[in-house]
Amino acid sequence: MSASDVDAPGARPWILMSPALAAVAMLLVIPVCFIAVYSFWLRTAVGSEQVGFYLDNWIEVLTDPFYRDILFQTLRIAAASTLLCITLGYVPAYFIARSTTRHKAVLILLLMLPFWISYIIRTMSWINILGVSGALNVFLLWLGVISEPMQILYNEGTVILGLVHFLLPFMILNIYVSLDGIDGNLVDAARSLGCTGWQAFREVTLPLSLPGLAAGSLLCFVLGAGTYITPMILGGPRDAMFANLVFETIITQLDWPLGSALSLVLLVVLGSVVMLYSRFAGIGQLAKSFR
Amino acid sequence: MSGGQNIVTSWSLIRAFTILIYLFMFLPVAVVVLLAFNANQFGSFPMEGLSLRWFVELWNNDAIVRAFKTSVLLGSLTAAVSTTLGVLTSLALVRYDFRGKGLITTLMIAPILVPEVVLAVALLLFLRWLEMPKSFPLLLLGHVIFTLPFVVLIVQARLVAVRRDYEEAALSLGANAFHTFREVTLPLIMPAVFAGVIFAFTISFDDVTGTLFWKPGGVETVPTQIFAMLRNSISPEINALGAVMVVVTVAVPLLGVSIARRMAAALR
Repeated sequence: MSASDVDAPGARPWILMSPALAAVAMLLVIPVCFIAVYSFWLRTAVGSEQVGFYLDNWIEVLTDPFYRDILFQTLRIAAASTLLCITLGYVPAYFIARSTTRHKAVLILLLMLPFWISYIIRTMSWINILGVSGALNVFLLWLGVISEPMQILYNEGTVILGLVHFLLPFMILNIYVSLDGIDGNLVDAARSLGCTGWQAFREVTLPLSLPGLAAGSLLCFVLGAGTYITPMILGGPRDAMFANLVFETIITQLDWPLGSALSLVLLVVLGSVVMLYSRFAGIGQLAKSFR
Repeated sequence: MSGGQNIVTSWSLIRAFTILIYLFMFLPVAVVVLLAFNANQFGSFPMEGLSLRWFVELWNNDAIVRAFKTSVLLGSLTAAVSTTLGVLTSLALVRYDFRGKGLITTLMIAPILVPEVVLAVALLLFLRWLEMPKSFPLLLLGHVIFTLPFVVLIVQARLVAVRRDYEEAALSLGANAFHTFREVTLPLIMPAVFAGVIFAFTISFDDVTGTLFWKPGGVETVPTQIFAMLRNSISPEINALGAVMVVVTVAVPLLGVSIARRMAAALR
Protein backbone atom coordinates (compact mmCIF):
# COMPACT_ATOMS: atom_id res chain seq x y z
CA MET A 1 0.00 0.00 0.00
CA SER A 2 1.48 3.32 -1.04
CA ALA A 3 1.44 6.38 1.19
CA SER A 4 -1.19 8.13 -0.91
CA ASP A 5 -3.64 5.30 -0.27
CA VAL A 6 -4.08 6.21 3.33
CA ASP A 7 -5.34 9.27 5.08
CA ALA A 8 -3.12 11.53 7.05
CA PRO A 9 -2.88 10.40 10.64
CA GLY A 10 -5.61 11.80 12.79
CA ALA A 11 -7.94 10.89 15.55
CA ARG A 12 -10.28 8.85 13.36
CA PRO A 13 -8.45 5.49 13.36
CA TRP A 14 -8.17 5.67 17.12
CA ILE A 15 -11.88 6.38 17.45
CA LEU A 16 -12.66 3.42 15.20
CA MET A 17 -10.37 1.13 17.15
CA SER A 18 -11.27 2.34 20.60
CA PRO A 19 -13.99 -0.20 21.42
CA ALA A 20 -11.83 -3.14 20.36
CA LEU A 21 -8.73 -1.71 22.01
CA ALA A 22 -10.67 -1.15 25.22
CA ALA A 23 -11.91 -4.75 25.03
CA VAL A 24 -8.43 -6.20 24.51
CA ALA A 25 -7.00 -3.99 27.26
CA MET A 26 -9.74 -4.65 29.81
CA LEU A 27 -10.31 -8.31 29.02
CA LEU A 28 -6.81 -9.52 28.21
CA VAL A 29 -3.88 -7.20 28.91
CA ILE A 30 -4.93 -5.90 32.33
CA PRO A 31 -6.24 -9.31 33.49
CA VAL A 32 -2.93 -10.98 32.58
CA CYS A 33 -1.01 -8.25 34.44
CA PHE A 34 -3.45 -8.70 37.29
CA ILE A 35 -2.78 -12.42 37.70
CA ALA A 36 0.95 -11.64 37.63
CA VAL A 37 0.39 -9.52 40.75
CA TYR A 38 -2.18 -11.92 42.17
CA SER A 39 0.31 -14.81 42.03
CA PHE A 40 2.28 -13.12 44.82
CA TRP A 41 -0.71 -13.01 47.14
CA LEU A 42 -1.54 -15.81 49.50
CA ARG A 43 -4.63 -17.84 50.06
CA THR A 44 -5.51 -17.93 53.70
CA ALA A 45 -7.18 -20.74 55.58
CA VAL A 46 -10.52 -18.92 55.58
CA GLY A 47 -10.50 -18.76 51.80
CA SER A 48 -9.98 -15.06 51.22
CA GLU A 49 -6.61 -13.98 49.97
CA GLN A 50 -3.95 -12.01 51.73
CA VAL A 51 -2.62 -9.08 49.71
CA GLY A 52 1.12 -8.69 49.79
CA PHE A 53 4.33 -9.89 48.26
CA TYR A 54 4.79 -13.56 49.08
CA LEU A 55 7.01 -15.88 47.11
CA ASP A 56 5.30 -19.02 48.47
CA ASN A 57 3.28 -19.82 45.34
CA TRP A 58 6.26 -19.37 43.07
CA ILE A 59 8.54 -21.42 45.28
CA GLU A 60 5.98 -24.19 45.29
CA VAL A 61 5.44 -24.06 41.51
CA LEU A 62 9.13 -23.87 40.62
CA THR A 63 10.53 -26.39 43.09
CA ASP A 64 7.86 -29.05 43.51
CA PRO A 65 8.84 -31.95 41.20
CA PHE A 66 5.13 -32.75 40.79
CA TYR A 67 4.56 -29.61 38.72
CA ARG A 68 7.81 -30.03 36.82
CA ASP A 69 6.94 -33.62 35.86
CA ILE A 70 3.52 -32.62 34.60
CA LEU A 71 5.04 -29.75 32.63
CA PHE A 72 7.47 -32.15 30.93
CA GLN A 73 4.68 -34.64 30.34
CA THR A 74 2.61 -31.87 28.73
CA LEU A 75 5.46 -30.81 26.44
CA ARG A 76 6.13 -34.46 25.55
CA ILE A 77 2.49 -35.13 24.66
CA ALA A 78 2.27 -31.92 22.61
CA ALA A 79 5.54 -32.69 20.81
CA ALA A 80 4.51 -36.26 20.03
CA SER A 81 1.14 -35.05 18.69
CA THR A 82 2.85 -32.42 16.54
CA LEU A 83 5.32 -34.94 15.09
CA LEU A 84 2.49 -37.33 14.31
CA CYS A 85 0.55 -34.51 12.65
CA ILE A 86 3.56 -33.75 10.44
CA THR A 87 3.95 -37.42 9.51
CA LEU A 88 0.27 -37.92 8.78
CA GLY A 89 -0.43 -34.47 7.35
CA TYR A 90 2.28 -33.84 4.78
CA VAL A 91 1.17 -36.39 2.21
CA PRO A 92 -2.51 -35.31 2.13
CA ALA A 93 -1.44 -31.66 1.89
CA TYR A 94 0.82 -32.57 -1.03
CA PHE A 95 -1.98 -34.51 -2.68
CA ILE A 96 -4.43 -31.60 -2.40
CA ALA A 97 -1.89 -29.08 -3.67
CA ARG A 98 -0.88 -31.21 -6.66
CA SER A 99 -4.25 -32.57 -7.63
CA THR A 100 -5.72 -30.86 -10.66
CA THR A 101 -9.08 -32.55 -10.63
CA ARG A 102 -12.33 -30.98 -9.55
CA HIS A 103 -11.98 -33.01 -6.34
CA LYS A 104 -9.54 -30.39 -5.14
CA ALA A 105 -12.25 -27.93 -4.04
CA VAL A 106 -14.13 -30.74 -2.29
CA LEU A 107 -10.97 -31.89 -0.51
CA ILE A 108 -10.29 -28.36 0.72
CA LEU A 109 -13.87 -27.91 1.85
CA LEU A 110 -13.70 -31.23 3.70
CA LEU A 111 -10.46 -30.06 5.30
CA MET A 112 -12.25 -27.01 6.67
CA LEU A 113 -15.15 -29.07 8.02
CA PRO A 114 -13.41 -30.44 11.12
CA PHE A 115 -12.85 -26.85 12.26
CA TRP A 116 -16.59 -26.58 12.41
CA ILE A 117 -17.41 -30.00 13.80
CA SER A 118 -17.52 -29.53 17.52
CA TYR A 119 -14.23 -30.21 19.29
CA ILE A 120 -15.93 -31.97 22.17
CA ILE A 121 -17.91 -34.21 19.80
CA ARG A 122 -14.80 -35.14 17.86
CA THR A 123 -12.97 -35.94 21.08
CA MET A 124 -15.73 -38.00 22.62
CA SER A 125 -16.36 -39.81 19.31
CA TRP A 126 -13.34 -41.98 20.12
CA ILE A 127 -15.18 -43.45 23.08
CA ASN A 128 -17.63 -44.92 20.56
CA ILE A 129 -14.73 -46.41 18.63
CA LEU A 130 -12.32 -47.56 21.34
CA GLY A 131 -14.50 -47.88 24.42
CA VAL A 132 -15.26 -51.20 26.11
CA SER A 133 -18.49 -51.44 24.11
CA GLY A 134 -17.08 -49.47 21.20
CA ALA A 135 -16.89 -50.44 17.56
CA LEU A 136 -13.39 -51.93 17.71
CA ASN A 137 -14.03 -54.19 20.70
CA VAL A 138 -17.38 -55.35 19.35
CA PHE A 139 -15.79 -56.12 16.02
CA LEU A 140 -12.86 -58.05 17.52
CA LEU A 141 -15.20 -59.99 19.82
CA TRP A 142 -17.36 -60.87 16.85
CA LEU A 143 -14.28 -62.05 14.95
CA GLY A 144 -13.28 -64.10 17.95
CA VAL A 145 -9.82 -62.51 18.15
CA ILE A 146 -10.44 -61.57 21.78
CA SER A 147 -12.74 -63.21 24.30
CA GLU A 148 -13.46 -60.18 26.44
CA PRO A 149 -13.35 -56.44 25.70
CA MET A 150 -9.96 -54.75 25.93
CA GLN A 151 -9.41 -51.54 27.87
CA ILE A 152 -7.89 -49.40 25.12
CA LEU A 153 -8.95 -45.97 26.32
CA TYR A 154 -7.78 -43.71 29.10
CA ASN A 155 -4.02 -43.60 28.69
CA GLU A 156 -1.42 -41.31 27.21
CA GLY A 157 -1.74 -42.99 23.83
CA THR A 158 -5.42 -42.16 23.50
CA VAL A 159 -4.78 -38.57 24.65
CA ILE A 160 -2.26 -38.22 21.81
CA LEU A 161 -4.70 -39.87 19.42
CA GLY A 162 -7.42 -37.40 20.39
CA LEU A 163 -5.04 -34.46 19.99
CA VAL A 164 -3.83 -35.64 16.58
CA HIS A 165 -7.43 -36.03 15.48
CA PHE A 166 -8.15 -32.48 16.66
CA LEU A 167 -4.97 -30.85 15.32
CA LEU A 168 -4.38 -32.62 12.01
CA PRO A 169 -6.58 -30.26 9.92
CA PHE A 170 -4.57 -27.25 11.17
CA MET A 171 -1.36 -28.94 10.05
CA ILE A 172 -2.65 -30.08 6.64
CA LEU A 173 -4.12 -26.65 5.92
CA ASN A 174 -0.90 -24.82 6.75
CA ILE A 175 1.29 -27.17 4.71
CA TYR A 176 -1.19 -26.98 1.85
CA VAL A 177 -1.11 -23.16 1.82
CA SER A 178 2.67 -23.29 1.56
CA LEU A 179 2.76 -25.99 -1.13
CA ASP A 180 0.08 -24.28 -3.18
CA GLY A 181 2.17 -21.12 -3.33
CA ILE A 182 5.16 -22.86 -4.91
CA ASP A 183 5.75 -21.94 -8.55
CA GLY A 184 5.31 -25.17 -10.51
CA ASN A 185 8.01 -24.05 -12.95
CA LEU A 186 10.64 -24.48 -10.23
CA VAL A 187 9.94 -28.20 -9.98
CA ASP A 188 9.83 -28.51 -13.77
CA ALA A 189 13.15 -26.70 -14.02
CA ALA A 190 14.72 -29.06 -11.48
CA ARG A 191 13.36 -32.05 -13.40
CA SER A 192 14.64 -30.76 -16.76
CA LEU A 193 18.06 -30.27 -15.19
CA GLY A 194 18.14 -33.98 -14.44
CA CYS A 195 16.70 -34.33 -10.96
CA THR A 196 14.67 -37.43 -10.27
CA GLY A 197 11.18 -36.84 -8.91
CA TRP A 198 12.34 -37.55 -5.39
CA GLN A 199 15.37 -35.26 -5.72
CA ALA A 200 13.21 -32.44 -7.04
CA PHE A 201 10.89 -32.91 -4.09
CA ARG A 202 13.75 -32.98 -1.57
CA GLU A 203 15.70 -30.06 -3.03
CA VAL A 204 12.88 -27.77 -4.19
CA THR A 205 9.41 -28.59 -2.89
CA LEU A 206 10.26 -29.62 0.67
CA PRO A 207 12.43 -26.57 1.51
CA LEU A 208 9.83 -24.22 0.03
CA SER A 209 7.08 -25.80 2.11
CA LEU A 210 8.97 -25.40 5.38
CA PRO A 211 7.25 -22.10 6.35
CA GLY A 212 3.86 -23.82 6.28
CA LEU A 213 5.25 -26.82 8.09
CA ALA A 214 6.64 -24.54 10.80
CA ALA A 215 3.42 -22.54 11.14
CA GLY A 216 1.39 -25.75 11.36
CA SER A 217 3.75 -27.20 13.95
CA LEU A 218 3.57 -24.07 16.07
CA LEU A 219 -0.22 -24.11 16.03
CA CYS A 220 -0.39 -27.82 16.83
CA PHE A 221 2.15 -27.59 19.62
CA VAL A 222 0.67 -24.53 21.30
CA LEU A 223 -2.95 -25.70 20.98
CA GLY A 224 -2.00 -29.21 22.08
CA ALA A 225 0.01 -28.09 25.09
CA GLY A 226 -2.76 -25.77 26.29
CA THR A 227 -5.64 -28.22 26.36
CA TYR A 228 -7.29 -29.81 29.36
CA ILE A 229 -10.45 -31.16 27.72
CA THR A 230 -8.80 -33.98 25.75
CA PRO A 231 -6.97 -35.48 28.78
CA MET A 232 -10.17 -35.19 30.81
CA ILE A 233 -12.18 -37.13 28.23
CA LEU A 234 -9.64 -39.57 26.80
CA GLY A 235 -6.94 -39.75 29.48
CA GLY A 236 -6.62 -41.70 32.70
CA PRO A 237 -5.96 -40.19 36.12
CA ARG A 238 -2.20 -40.11 35.50
CA ASP A 239 -2.40 -38.39 32.12
CA ALA A 240 -3.14 -34.90 33.39
CA MET A 241 -1.62 -32.07 31.41
CA PHE A 242 -0.55 -28.69 32.73
CA ALA A 243 -3.85 -27.01 31.89
CA ASN A 244 -5.63 -29.68 33.95
CA LEU A 245 -3.56 -28.55 36.93
CA VAL A 246 -4.68 -24.99 36.34
CA PHE A 247 -8.31 -26.07 36.07
CA GLU A 248 -8.12 -28.20 39.23
CA THR A 249 -6.40 -25.47 41.23
CA ILE A 250 -8.79 -22.72 40.17
CA ILE A 251 -12.13 -24.50 39.91
CA THR A 252 -11.86 -27.36 42.42
CA GLN A 253 -9.36 -26.18 45.05
CA LEU A 254 -10.24 -22.50 44.67
CA ASP A 255 -6.59 -21.60 45.30
CA TRP A 256 -6.60 -18.63 42.97
CA PRO A 257 -3.14 -17.18 43.71
CA LEU A 258 -1.51 -20.58 43.11
CA GLY A 259 -3.64 -21.05 40.00
CA SER A 260 -2.44 -17.66 38.76
CA ALA A 261 1.19 -18.70 39.16
CA LEU A 262 0.53 -21.96 37.31
CA SER A 263 -1.24 -20.11 34.46
CA LEU A 264 1.72 -17.76 34.14
CA VAL A 265 4.13 -20.69 33.87
CA LEU A 266 2.06 -22.05 30.99
CA LEU A 267 1.91 -18.58 29.40
CA VAL A 268 5.67 -18.08 29.67
CA VAL A 269 6.55 -21.54 28.33
CA LEU A 270 4.15 -21.41 25.37
CA GLY A 271 4.75 -17.69 24.86
CA SER A 272 8.47 -18.29 24.42
CA VAL A 273 7.72 -20.96 21.80
CA VAL A 274 5.62 -18.38 19.90
CA MET A 275 8.36 -15.73 20.30
CA LEU A 276 11.02 -18.09 19.07
CA TYR A 277 8.88 -18.91 16.07
CA SER A 278 8.01 -15.31 15.22
CA ARG A 279 11.68 -14.37 15.40
CA PHE A 280 12.47 -16.91 12.67
CA ALA A 281 9.32 -16.93 10.58
CA GLY A 282 7.16 -13.93 11.44
CA ILE A 283 3.58 -14.12 12.60
CA GLY A 284 2.39 -13.21 9.09
CA GLN A 285 2.62 -16.84 7.94
CA LEU A 286 -0.10 -17.80 10.39
CA ALA A 287 -2.50 -15.27 8.91
CA LYS A 288 -2.08 -16.77 5.43
CA SER A 289 -4.54 -19.58 6.02
CA PHE A 290 -7.29 -16.96 6.35
CA ARG A 291 -6.92 -15.71 2.80
CA MET B 1 11.85 -44.49 -19.24
CA SER B 2 10.82 -46.30 -16.10
CA GLY B 3 10.18 -42.98 -14.31
CA GLY B 4 6.67 -42.67 -15.69
CA GLN B 5 5.64 -45.96 -14.15
CA ASN B 6 7.12 -44.93 -10.81
CA ILE B 7 5.30 -41.63 -10.79
CA VAL B 8 2.00 -43.37 -11.43
CA THR B 9 2.47 -45.87 -8.61
CA SER B 10 3.79 -43.33 -6.10
CA TRP B 11 0.92 -41.00 -6.97
CA SER B 12 -1.61 -43.74 -6.29
CA LEU B 13 0.14 -44.47 -2.99
CA ILE B 14 -0.16 -40.79 -2.10
CA ARG B 15 -3.84 -40.88 -3.03
CA ALA B 16 -4.49 -43.99 -0.98
CA PHE B 17 -2.76 -42.47 2.04
CA THR B 18 -4.79 -39.28 1.65
CA ILE B 19 -8.02 -41.26 1.57
CA LEU B 20 -6.99 -43.08 4.76
CA ILE B 21 -6.27 -39.78 6.51
CA TYR B 22 -9.64 -38.36 5.48
CA LEU B 23 -11.30 -41.52 6.79
CA PHE B 24 -9.43 -41.07 10.07
CA MET B 25 -10.72 -37.51 10.30
CA PHE B 26 -14.34 -38.26 9.53
CA LEU B 27 -15.12 -41.85 10.46
CA PRO B 28 -15.39 -41.29 14.23
CA VAL B 29 -17.83 -38.43 13.70
CA ALA B 30 -19.82 -40.52 11.24
CA VAL B 31 -20.05 -43.20 13.92
CA VAL B 32 -21.49 -40.67 16.37
CA VAL B 33 -24.17 -39.67 13.88
CA LEU B 34 -24.88 -43.31 13.06
CA LEU B 35 -25.22 -44.33 16.71
CA ALA B 36 -27.58 -41.42 17.32
CA PHE B 37 -30.12 -43.38 15.26
CA ASN B 38 -29.43 -46.60 17.13
CA ALA B 39 -32.50 -48.37 18.51
CA ASN B 40 -30.34 -50.27 21.02
CA GLN B 41 -31.01 -48.90 24.48
CA PHE B 42 -27.35 -48.67 25.49
CA GLY B 43 -26.43 -46.77 22.40
CA SER B 44 -23.57 -49.07 21.57
CA PHE B 45 -22.79 -51.61 18.90
CA PRO B 46 -24.21 -53.82 17.55
CA MET B 47 -26.90 -51.61 16.05
CA GLU B 48 -30.40 -53.00 16.49
CA GLY B 49 -32.16 -50.98 13.85
CA LEU B 50 -32.83 -47.34 13.28
CA SER B 51 -34.88 -45.15 15.53
CA LEU B 52 -35.49 -41.49 16.26
CA ARG B 53 -36.22 -42.10 19.94
CA TRP B 54 -33.03 -40.42 21.17
CA PHE B 55 -33.88 -37.24 19.33
CA VAL B 56 -37.35 -37.29 20.88
CA GLU B 57 -35.73 -37.70 24.30
CA LEU B 58 -33.43 -34.76 23.59
CA TRP B 59 -36.43 -32.66 22.71
CA ASN B 60 -38.12 -33.62 25.98
CA ASN B 61 -35.01 -33.05 28.07
CA ASP B 62 -35.41 -29.59 29.61
CA ALA B 63 -31.76 -29.25 30.57
CA ILE B 64 -30.62 -29.89 27.01
CA VAL B 65 -33.20 -27.59 25.42
CA ARG B 66 -32.16 -24.87 27.90
CA ALA B 67 -28.48 -25.41 27.08
CA PHE B 68 -29.28 -25.16 23.40
CA LYS B 69 -31.10 -21.86 23.87
CA THR B 70 -28.22 -20.50 25.96
CA SER B 71 -25.70 -21.48 23.28
CA VAL B 72 -27.69 -19.89 20.47
CA LEU B 73 -28.22 -16.66 22.43
CA LEU B 74 -24.57 -16.51 23.49
CA GLY B 75 -23.33 -17.27 19.98
CA SER B 76 -25.57 -14.64 18.38
CA LEU B 77 -24.63 -11.90 20.84
CA THR B 78 -20.95 -12.81 20.55
CA ALA B 79 -21.14 -12.66 16.76
CA ALA B 80 -22.91 -9.29 16.81
CA VAL B 81 -20.50 -7.61 19.23
CA SER B 82 -17.34 -9.23 17.88
CA THR B 83 -18.12 -8.43 14.26
CA THR B 84 -18.98 -4.80 15.02
CA LEU B 85 -15.72 -4.28 16.91
CA GLY B 86 -13.77 -6.26 14.33
CA VAL B 87 -15.05 -4.30 11.32
CA LEU B 88 -14.30 -0.94 12.96
CA THR B 89 -10.80 -2.11 13.87
CA SER B 90 -10.10 -3.49 10.40
CA LEU B 91 -11.14 -0.17 8.85
CA ALA B 92 -8.69 1.65 11.09
CA LEU B 93 -5.88 -0.82 10.43
CA VAL B 94 -6.28 -0.97 6.64
CA ARG B 95 -7.50 2.50 5.73
CA TYR B 96 -5.39 4.71 7.98
CA ASP B 97 -1.75 5.18 8.69
CA PHE B 98 -0.75 5.85 12.25
CA ARG B 99 2.05 5.27 14.65
CA GLY B 100 2.23 1.97 16.46
CA LYS B 101 0.23 0.08 13.84
CA GLY B 102 2.39 -3.05 14.16
CA LEU B 103 1.93 -3.11 17.90
CA ILE B 104 -1.84 -2.62 17.59
CA THR B 105 -2.07 -5.43 15.03
CA THR B 106 -0.21 -7.78 17.36
CA LEU B 107 -2.42 -6.70 20.25
CA MET B 108 -5.53 -7.46 18.21
CA ILE B 109 -4.48 -11.03 17.48
CA ALA B 110 -3.02 -11.52 20.98
CA PRO B 111 -6.16 -13.26 22.29
CA ILE B 112 -5.44 -16.24 20.02
CA LEU B 113 -1.72 -16.24 20.79
CA VAL B 114 -2.36 -16.53 24.53
CA PRO B 115 -3.41 -20.07 25.52
CA GLU B 116 -7.14 -20.09 26.10
CA VAL B 117 -6.77 -21.51 29.61
CA VAL B 118 -4.58 -18.59 30.63
CA LEU B 119 -7.01 -16.11 29.08
CA ALA B 120 -9.85 -17.84 30.93
CA VAL B 121 -8.08 -17.73 34.29
CA ALA B 122 -6.95 -14.12 33.92
CA LEU B 123 -10.37 -12.82 32.92
CA LEU B 124 -12.18 -14.84 35.58
CA LEU B 125 -9.91 -13.76 38.42
CA PHE B 126 -9.69 -10.12 37.32
CA LEU B 127 -13.45 -9.69 37.04
CA ARG B 128 -13.96 -11.56 40.30
CA TRP B 129 -11.60 -9.09 41.94
CA LEU B 130 -13.75 -6.31 40.46
CA GLU B 131 -16.61 -8.13 42.21
CA MET B 132 -18.19 -9.25 38.99
CA PRO B 133 -19.06 -12.90 39.62
CA LYS B 134 -19.43 -15.67 37.10
CA SER B 135 -22.40 -14.71 34.99
CA PHE B 136 -23.81 -14.63 31.49
CA PRO B 137 -22.22 -11.20 30.77
CA LEU B 138 -18.82 -12.57 31.82
CA LEU B 139 -19.35 -15.49 29.44
CA LEU B 140 -20.24 -13.04 26.67
CA LEU B 141 -17.16 -10.85 27.32
CA GLY B 142 -14.94 -13.91 27.26
CA HIS B 143 -16.41 -15.18 24.00
CA VAL B 144 -16.09 -11.74 22.41
CA ILE B 145 -12.42 -11.43 23.26
CA PHE B 146 -11.35 -14.74 21.75
CA THR B 147 -13.50 -14.47 18.61
CA LEU B 148 -12.44 -10.87 17.88
CA PRO B 149 -9.04 -11.76 16.32
CA PHE B 150 -10.67 -14.10 13.81
CA VAL B 151 -13.10 -11.40 12.67
CA VAL B 152 -10.27 -8.86 12.37
CA LEU B 153 -8.14 -11.25 10.30
CA ILE B 154 -11.00 -12.14 7.95
CA VAL B 155 -12.32 -8.60 7.41
CA GLN B 156 -8.83 -7.14 7.07
CA ALA B 157 -7.95 -9.62 4.32
CA ARG B 158 -11.03 -8.58 2.36
CA LEU B 159 -10.63 -4.86 2.97
CA VAL B 160 -7.08 -4.89 1.61
CA ALA B 161 -8.50 -6.19 -1.67
CA VAL B 162 -11.17 -3.45 -1.95
CA ARG B 163 -9.79 -0.58 -3.99
CA ARG B 164 -9.70 2.80 -2.38
CA ASP B 165 -10.95 4.47 -5.59
CA TYR B 166 -14.59 3.64 -4.97
CA GLU B 167 -14.53 5.30 -1.58
CA GLU B 168 -12.68 8.31 -2.95
CA ALA B 169 -15.25 8.64 -5.73
CA ALA B 170 -18.06 8.70 -3.20
CA LEU B 171 -16.21 11.20 -1.03
CA SER B 172 -15.50 13.47 -3.97
CA LEU B 173 -19.18 13.37 -4.92
CA GLY B 174 -19.99 14.83 -1.54
CA ALA B 175 -20.77 11.83 0.65
CA ASN B 176 -19.46 12.09 4.19
CA ALA B 177 -17.29 9.39 5.74
CA PHE B 178 -20.22 7.60 7.34
CA HIS B 179 -22.29 7.56 4.17
CA THR B 180 -19.30 6.37 2.18
CA PHE B 181 -18.88 3.52 4.61
CA ARG B 182 -22.55 2.58 4.57
CA GLU B 183 -23.14 2.90 0.84
CA VAL B 184 -19.79 1.83 -0.61
CA THR B 185 -17.37 0.10 1.74
CA LEU B 186 -19.82 -2.01 3.73
CA PRO B 187 -21.54 -3.57 0.69
CA LEU B 188 -18.13 -4.37 -0.77
CA ILE B 189 -16.85 -6.10 2.35
CA MET B 190 -20.21 -7.71 3.18
CA PRO B 191 -19.07 -11.27 2.31
CA ALA B 192 -16.23 -10.96 4.82
CA VAL B 193 -18.48 -9.38 7.45
CA PHE B 194 -20.86 -12.26 6.98
CA ALA B 195 -18.02 -14.78 7.22
CA GLY B 196 -16.92 -13.04 10.42
CA VAL B 197 -20.41 -13.41 11.90
CA ILE B 198 -20.51 -17.11 11.04
CA PHE B 199 -16.98 -17.68 12.34
CA ALA B 200 -17.66 -15.92 15.64
CA PHE B 201 -20.97 -17.70 16.11
CA THR B 202 -19.53 -21.13 15.44
CA ILE B 203 -16.45 -20.66 17.61
CA SER B 204 -18.61 -19.40 20.44
CA PHE B 205 -21.18 -22.17 19.98
CA ASP B 206 -18.44 -24.80 20.14
CA ASP B 207 -16.28 -23.42 22.93
CA VAL B 208 -15.77 -25.46 26.05
CA THR B 209 -12.29 -24.53 27.34
CA GLY B 210 -13.10 -20.98 28.42
CA THR B 211 -16.78 -21.59 29.02
CA LEU B 212 -16.14 -24.15 31.79
CA PHE B 213 -14.24 -21.44 33.68
CA TRP B 214 -16.70 -18.62 33.13
CA LYS B 215 -20.13 -20.20 33.27
CA PRO B 216 -22.12 -19.64 36.44
CA GLY B 217 -23.37 -22.70 38.29
CA GLY B 218 -26.54 -24.07 36.74
CA VAL B 219 -25.96 -22.46 33.36
CA GLU B 220 -24.87 -24.88 30.66
CA THR B 221 -24.10 -24.43 26.99
CA VAL B 222 -24.43 -27.39 24.65
CA PRO B 223 -20.71 -28.36 24.85
CA THR B 224 -20.57 -28.07 28.65
CA GLN B 225 -23.80 -30.04 28.86
CA ILE B 226 -22.20 -32.79 26.78
CA PHE B 227 -19.11 -32.58 28.97
CA ALA B 228 -21.21 -32.97 32.11
CA MET B 229 -23.11 -35.91 30.59
CA LEU B 230 -19.82 -37.61 29.64
CA ARG B 231 -18.90 -37.63 33.31
CA ASN B 232 -21.48 -40.37 33.88
CA SER B 233 -21.05 -42.54 30.84
CA ILE B 234 -21.56 -42.33 27.15
CA SER B 235 -25.26 -42.56 26.46
CA PRO B 236 -27.17 -42.63 23.21
CA GLU B 237 -28.53 -39.22 24.14
CA ILE B 238 -25.00 -37.78 23.92
CA ASN B 239 -24.64 -39.22 20.44
CA ALA B 240 -27.96 -37.69 19.42
CA LEU B 241 -26.93 -34.35 20.87
CA GLY B 242 -23.60 -34.75 19.09
CA ALA B 243 -25.41 -35.33 15.81
CA VAL B 244 -27.46 -32.16 16.33
CA MET B 245 -24.28 -30.28 17.20
CA VAL B 246 -22.55 -31.53 14.04
CA VAL B 247 -25.49 -30.41 11.94
CA VAL B 248 -25.56 -26.94 13.53
CA THR B 249 -21.81 -26.36 13.40
CA VAL B 250 -21.48 -27.70 9.86
CA ALA B 251 -24.70 -26.56 8.21
CA VAL B 252 -24.51 -22.99 9.49
CA PRO B 253 -21.05 -22.29 8.02
CA LEU B 254 -21.79 -24.17 4.79
CA LEU B 255 -24.95 -22.13 4.33
CA GLY B 256 -22.96 -19.05 5.23
CA VAL B 257 -20.23 -19.82 2.71
CA SER B 258 -22.73 -20.30 -0.09
CA ILE B 259 -24.56 -17.06 0.78
CA ALA B 260 -21.23 -15.20 0.98
CA ARG B 261 -20.24 -16.62 -2.43
CA ARG B 262 -23.50 -15.43 -3.90
CA MET B 263 -22.97 -11.99 -2.37
CA ALA B 264 -19.44 -11.83 -3.75
CA ALA B 265 -20.67 -12.92 -7.18
CA ALA B 266 -23.42 -10.28 -7.15
CA LEU B 267 -20.82 -7.61 -6.47
CA ARG B 268 -18.79 -8.48 -9.52
